[in-house]
Amino acid sequence: MQIGYYPGCSQEGTAKEYDKSLREVLKVLDVDPTEINDWSCCGATSAHVTSHKLSLALSARNLALAEKQGLKEIFAPCAACYNRLLTSKNELQEHPEQKYEIETIIEEKINNIPEIYNIVNFFQKIGKDKIAEKKKIDLKNFKAACYYGCLLVRPSGINSDDSEQPNSMEEIVKATGAQTIDWNFKLECCGAAHSIARQDIVVDLSKKILDDAIKHGANVIVVACPMCHSNLDMRQQNIKSKFSDFKEIPVLYLSEILGLALGFDKKQLGIDTHFIEFNLPVRNDVQEVSA
Amino acid sequence: MSHHNTTHVRTISDDITDITSQNPELCYQCGKCSAGCPMRNYMDDAPNVIVRYIQLGLFEKAMNSATIWLCAGCLTCSSRCPKNFDLAKFMDAVREVALRNGVKVKEKTILKFHKAFLKQIKNHGRSYEVGLVRDYKMATFDLFSDVENSPKMLLDGKLNIFPHNVKGKDKIKSIFEKTEVKKCK
Amino acid sequence: MKIGVFICHCGENIGRTVDCARVSKAAGFFPGVVHSVDYKYMCSDPGQNLIKQAIKDFKLDGVVVGSCSPHMHEKTFRKAVADAGVNPFLCEIANLREHVSWVHEDIDVATDKAIDLIRFAVEKVKRNTPLTTIKVPVTKRTLVIGGGISGIQAALDVANAGYEVVLVEKEPSIGGHMSQLSETFPTLDCSQCILTPRMVEVYQHPKIKLLTYSEVEKVEGFIGNFKVTIRKKARYVDDTKCTGCGDCMQKCPIKKKALSEFDEQLTTRSAIYVPFPQAVPNIPVIDTSVCTYFKTGKCSMCKKVCGRDAIFFEQEDQMLTEEIGAIIMATGYKLYTIDKKPEDSEIKGYGEYGYGKYKDVIDGLQFERIASASGPTSGEFMRPSDGKTPKKIVFIQCVGSRDESKGFSYCSKICCMYTAKHAMLYKHKVHDGEAYVFYMDIRSGGKMYEEFVRRAIEEDGVKYIRGRVSRIYEEDGKYIVKGEDTLAGVPITIDADMVVLATAMVAQPDASKLAQTVGIPYDKYGYFVEVHPKLRPVESSSGGIFLAGACHSPRDIPDSVAMASAAAAKAMVLFGSDMLEREPTIALVNENLCAGCFYCKKVCAYNAIEIKQIKDKQGNLIKEVAFVNSGLCQGCGTCNATCPSKSIELIGYTDEQIYAEISALM
Repeated sequence: MQIGYYPGCSQEGTAKEYDKSLREVLKVLDVDPTEINDWSCCGATSAHVTSHKLSLALSARNLALAEKQGLKEIFAPCAACYNRLLTSKNELQEHPEQKYEIETIIEEKINNIPEIYNIVNFFQKIGKDKIAEKKKIDLKNFKAACYYGCLLVRPSGINSDDSEQPNSMEEIVKATGAQTIDWNFKLECCGAAHSIARQDIVVDLSKKILDDAIKHGANVIVVACPMCHSNLDMRQQNIKSKFSDFKEIPVLYLSEILGLALGFDKKQLGIDTHFIEFNLPVRNDVQEVSA
Repeated sequence: MSHHNTTHVRTISDDITDITSQNPELCYQCGKCSAGCPMRNYMDDAPNVIVRYIQLGLFEKAMNSATIWLCAGCLTCSSRCPKNFDLAKFMDAVREVALRNGVKVKEKTILKFHKAFLKQIKNHGRSYEVGLVRDYKMATFDLFSDVENSPKMLLDGKLNIFPHNVKGKDKIKSIFEKTEVKKCK
Repeated sequence: MKIGVFICHCGENIGRTVDCARVSKAAGFFPGVVHSVDYKYMCSDPGQNLIKQAIKDFKLDGVVVGSCSPHMHEKTFRKAVADAGVNPFLCEIANLREHVSWVHEDIDVATDKAIDLIRFAVEKVKRNTPLTTIKVPVTKRTLVIGGGISGIQAALDVANAGYEVVLVEKEPSIGGHMSQLSETFPTLDCSQCILTPRMVEVYQHPKIKLLTYSEVEKVEGFIGNFKVTIRKKARYVDDTKCTGCGDCMQKCPIKKKALSEFDEQLTTRSAIYVPFPQAVPNIPVIDTSVCTYFKTGKCSMCKKVCGRDAIFFEQEDQMLTEEIGAIIMATGYKLYTIDKKPEDSEIKGYGEYGYGKYKDVIDGLQFERIASASGPTSGEFMRPSDGKTPKKIVFIQCVGSRDESKGFSYCSKICCMYTAKHAMLYKHKVHDGEAYVFYMDIRSGGKMYEEFVRRAIEEDGVKYIRGRVSRIYEEDGKYIVKGEDTLAGVPITIDADMVVLATAMVAQPDASKLAQTVGIPYDKYGYFVEVHPKLRPVESSSGGIFLAGACHSPRDIPDSVAMASAAAAKAMVLFGSDMLEREPTIALVNENLCAGCFYCKKVCAYNAIEIKQIKDKQGNLIKEVAFVNSGLCQGCGTCNATCPSKSIELIGYTDEQIYAEISALM
């Protein structure tokens, strides 16, 4: 399968392991991602909170580049990038005069904006059957809390998922043999936009989310966004120093948990670079699944 | 029936509507946005109150509120609004007009972070964390927070010492120049 | 033809923007016009006398009135003309209000346009021919569809006036939603106590033929002359033998598989059942979807225990036809009960409130059952999940109402009142309990309604919080309700034991289908539509079909009962005469020209076009042509516009008349 790939800035930096694990997993699933040539930042939160046009233009540049490259479909593993690209796409399509203005700003023409997938939708497209088929290890002692965060399914109607009780990530995670738990805060915001400027808020919000996952029996949290990951993983250090009784919990990218099921080890997937050590037993001795 | 011919005087409300393409009067002040806002406890005004300020023409009150900067853009409000009012987008617009009007920003560190972030994009086309942290810390004199996390990230190769410059760097810069929000006062 | 022109000022309505004197003067010079005058209120008695007198004085045989819309006063002026001895169809109305004064500001422009419209009407009236109304007989029997409180009221009113009624109810018992209610606002009288006597009255009334567990399949004919086909669904119980002793229900081994509709899914019922003990008729039905006999053939316990040998597994649906003169629609409402976004629907559902996920998040009707003495808890407040007494209840209003994103933009009208009642009933029984109501506006217009709400707040201590709830989730057996008090501007979190959602009233899911069967219009929500919101609120646009209760729009019991009586009165007005007069402005086929393509038949919204066979003297078929059923035709003109061979004309609006009008403008 061919697909356009918009990595987003984090994949080159703080979320290198997300990129690494994703590429490994896609290889096994016969997906050949084509990176958008010379892609640039989508503008992220900082652009849309300060300048509407800047935000549209920065995203639009990438959409235009993808179109130029002949990509009909692209996916963005970062939920924030996904949301920005899709929001811009919708706005450009709904407001032709705005599109014209943005085209002038970015000095590119936009005609057929590619279809944009987030990572969950993209794995849905690949199919959970395909994942189950390539599975080498059954992750049956995983009790995963799937964390969607804010930007994967919002605003309501952005994709096929229910914006209040989504279930698509669970469906994919279940294909690894892992159990998924029902919990309250899978859509609650961790405050990533203020991760650096208002760490105090972020620590509170992240703790609430982590506590709820643990309380409902999770032994691992699965995320689909580098912002969520850095908040929920890295900030556990800060939570611990503020709340001494806090119990830590490992946080995996969706691609990492899939990678484990497909037989990769922690190092191959970059799980060793997380702040919270991942030490759930991956029992490949128990159940070998024949391909 | 008679119709009155009145000349409409442009207000900040119109500037906001230009950005959002939605009528602020759509909001009927039910407060569902505020009820579900994850940042609510840290805000001075409830999010629905910001809309109310604009509806009433109390623009200064809206633009001077810390709320507009604390909004994390999580879209919970927009998603649940019974009137399909995109409040997250509305907040974006209020911030933008606040910058245009040169109001004193209550949440200074948040704005400094955004500025530091955008500076990296403007210069390199992609995010550059080391530069971001350097610029942000220089701007806020907050030199010591998060220092405990940096060594591990450096060791793991997650913090790139040098920025990645995209080829279309100049184009990015020109996008910034063309879309810059200018103070109108 | 001697034509008189009469220009009405409509007080200031027309006079303010149209120079009526100038119009009248200009009209005086039109060919054929012998008299022209303007007057402040032409519809008033003196105004009408002006017309009558002029007809006499000037021997007029054509009249043009420039006034408000013909919807408003065409009848008035035609009658005045007829009183003066001129055929009423020789009177034309030019609409100078809705078409001119209300939509223009410039007096000169408006006056010029008014003059044009008068010229236009003068040219038409010159080509008008005297017409006589059509007379059809009336069958003095009423069909009432729906056996809730509206249907019951309408049926009893009509029957008590001495006319026969056929009452059709699709459920096994009449009674509707009102039979499920605990106590009713604002008097707190017991719903069943006031309803069940009315149900029995219906059952025993010699003029009422009650058909429960039945549905209307087909409606043919027209006002005064409907032929209605009704499907009487098989109960598998012979209603002539059954005494309603209940032995069959007691012995039925299926007890848990079916959820009770009457108890709103809070309890279970047997496979053979009556919906509730006071059901009318007290004759059970078998639910074949759970009955073991119908699934495997392996049980016939009910048949064995029935002392009257009334169980009849071989029973089949029966088709009945009834001759009917008037139809009253009283099909009621349903509650919006959607937890998630349904597939293929624009409705998004309320995932954030966990309805359907959490057992103690219930809707208003479920709360009624819990509060009802006849309900699953005998009126004691217990929550569905564990039977504990809820010490803190949160009521949320406007769930699905006033919500164009996830529900409907309209206000369901009754929720403010029943929520106040719910909270009050709860506080009356659980004295140490806390009741919170999240609301947006309190809409308590009605006799003693506002007082009732204030009583809940001031005397019973119900806490009202102004704001919509964002989310509900469960934590340690409590339901965490996240709200905001928008008056104080503070976030509010309540750990409730139970949550009651005042979900929107919605039209019956099959309302639009029934509307198509019966032939009446419905709105985008599935509610039936009246002809005129103010002056004809209980009539559908199809003659002889009337509307009662919540099938028209959300409404409470007093409003529904009032509307039902009004609909009954309308039916009786129809029965006041033996023959019915109908407008003669209907379609007419020129059989010589008609090519028999029947495009007209396809486009006719009233099924008024029939196929007529033309035969020679020997009885050989020469050709088939279109034929207009004068009882059904509403004179809409769609056939006229569609006919490729121009062989259908609309009487009173012939092509010749229309072209004359257009030429007058050019």
